[in-house]
Amino acid sequence: MDWPTVATRLFGIDHAIVADGDFLGGSAILDGATIAIVGTTNHAAVGVDLALRQARAILATIADFPGRPLLLLVDTQGQKLRRRDELLGIHRAMAHLGGCLDLARRQGHPVIGLVYDQALSGGFITSGLMADACHAVPGAEIRVMRVPAMARVTKLPEELLEALSLTNPVFAPGVANYVAMGGVRSLWDGDLAAGLRAALDDRDTADRRSEEGAQRGGRRVAADVIRRVLEA
Amino acid sequence: MKSSFAEFSARERLAALVDDGSFREWLPPSERVTSPHLAQLGVPAAFDDGVAIGRATLSGRAVFIAAQEGEFTGGGVGEVHGAKLVGLLRRALRDRPDAVVLLAESGGVRLHEANAGLIAVSEVMRALLDVRAAGIATVTLIGGANGCFGGMGIVARCADTVVMSDIARHAMSGPEVIESSAGAGEFDSRDRALVWRTTGGKHRWLSGDCDVLVDDEPAAFRAAAIASLDVHRPMTLAALQQESALLRRRTELAGGGADAFELWARLGVVGAREVPDLDADAVRTLRPASVAALANGSA
Repeated sequence: MDWPTVATRLFGIDHAIVADGDFLGGSAILDGATIAIVGTTNHAAVGVDLALRQARAILATIADFPGRPLLLLVDTQGQKLRRRDELLGIHRAMAHLGGCLDLARRQGHPVIGLVYDQALSGGFITSGLMADACHAVPGAEIRVMRVPAMARVTKLPEELLEALSLTNPVFAPGVANYVAMGGVRSLWDGDLAAGLRAALDDRDTADRRSEEGAQRGGRRVAADVIRRVLEA
Repeated sequence: MKSSFAEFSARERLAALVDDGSFREWLPPSERVTSPHLAQLGVPAAFDDGVAIGRATLSGRAVFIAAQEGEFTGGGVGEVHGAKLVGLLRRALRDRPDAVVLLAESGGVRLHEANAGLIAVSEVMRALLDVRAAGIATVTLIGGANGCFGGMGIVARCADTVVMSDIARHAMSGPEVIESSAGAGEFDSRDRALVWRTTGGKHRWLSGDCDVLVDDEPAAFRAAAIASLDVHRPMTLAALQQESALLRRRTELAGGGADAFELWARLGVVGAREVPDLDADAVRTLRPASVAALANGSA
C-alpha cells in the first residue's frame, strides 16, 4: 500500500502529511485530535541523515506539542549500506532515534508504529519496533534479510534456508509470523482508522511482546526464559 | 605479562573484569537453556546460547553483568540469548544494582532465527533504556575480536557509557555486507587499515561515539568499568536536543565524504594522518573539545 492511500484511509483527504524525499512528516486529525506523523517511504534505506531527520521531527513534537500522539509510518529496506554512514556512526544515529522515541513514550506521548509497506532489520529496530506497539497492514512485508544474503552470512545452503522460509515462523518472512511472535500486535484491515483508534485507546506502554509471542505460539521460549532469570 | 582482552573468551573477559570469584551466574550452562531453533539447521547448540549473565561485584559495588561470546554464531542474538539479556535488564530494574555492564561482542540479529532475533534485539533495547532511565548506570564494553555490529551495535550505544579498545570495532553493517551490496569500490573489506579507521576504537573516540578509549588489556577495561559506575547521562529532552544538534553538525561537517582522515581533520584532529600509528594513550590526547561534547567526558 502506498503512503497517500494509507493516509487517506486513516484520516481522509484533508491530512497534512508530506513526503520530502524518503522522509514523511506532518500531522493529521483523527476524531478531532491531532496526530504527529513521522516516517519513511520509497522503501527507504535509512542512513545517518534520514535517522537524524526523523529524530529531529520527534524532538520537535515533544518540545512543541506535549502529549501529542505519534504515528510512525514504516517503509524501509533496512539500514543504508554505505561506508560514509558507518564512518559517521549510523549505529549512534539510530540509537539516538530510538532514544527520542523512548523519551516521547516516557513523556506521555502515545507512540504507534504502522508497517504499511516493507520493514527490514536495521531500519525497523529504531522505528516501528520502538513504538508502544507496532501494527501492520495485511500486505506488509517484514523480514530481516533476503535468503541469498542470509545464506552467504550464515554459510548455510540456500536451498535449506529457502525450504525453511516457507514453513518456519521464526525464519519465514511475512507479517503473520511477526504477529504470531508478538513483534506486531495487530493487523489493520479494512477500516484503518478503527485500528489506529484502538491502538490509541490502549494506554499500557509496557513491552508485552514476549508474553504475546508465547500466547500466540510463535515464540514459545522467550517469555519463560525471562521469567526464569527473574526467579533465579 | 601483557594479555589481549580481544583474544579472551566471553567468560574469561567476564572473570577478568569483576572482583575475583564474585560472579554468580543465572541460567548457567549446567541448566542447558539452549536455542530451540538451531537443530533444524544442523547447527550445534551452546548450553548458554552464547551469553553468560549474572551478578558480581566490581570494586565491591553490586553489578549485573552479561558477556556475549563472539565465537558462537558470531555473538548473534537469538530467542534465548536475547531473552537472557532482557531478563537480566528487567531484574536490574527490580533489584537496582549500582550498574549493568554489558561485554558486547555480536554481529547483531542471529540470522538462523532471524525474526525471533530481530524482535529480541528490540526488546533488549527497550529494556536497556528502561534501566538507564531508572538512574542505574549502564556500561557497554566493546573489546572482543568480532566487534559489535547490527542491532547490537545500536543497543550498545544506548548505554550511558561506551568503552572501547583501540583494536575493537563498533558499527552497524560489517564491511563484507556493504561490499557485497555496493561493491569493493564502496568498502573493500580486505583493506584492514580502511576497516579499522572507519569503524575502530580510535575513530569512535576521535569522533565522539565512544566515551572511553582503553588499551586492549583486561586491567584497562576493569578500570574503565569501575570509573563508569557513577556516570549517568539522563536522556532528557535537552540532552537529546543537544545530541541531535551535535550529530547533525558532525554530518554537515563531513559533507558527502567517507574518508576517516578527512573527517578527523575537519573535526580538528591535529596530525590526523599519524593516528593509525599511534597507541591508545597518544590518540586519547587528540580528541578536540568540540567532539568531546558528544561523549560523556570521562576521559
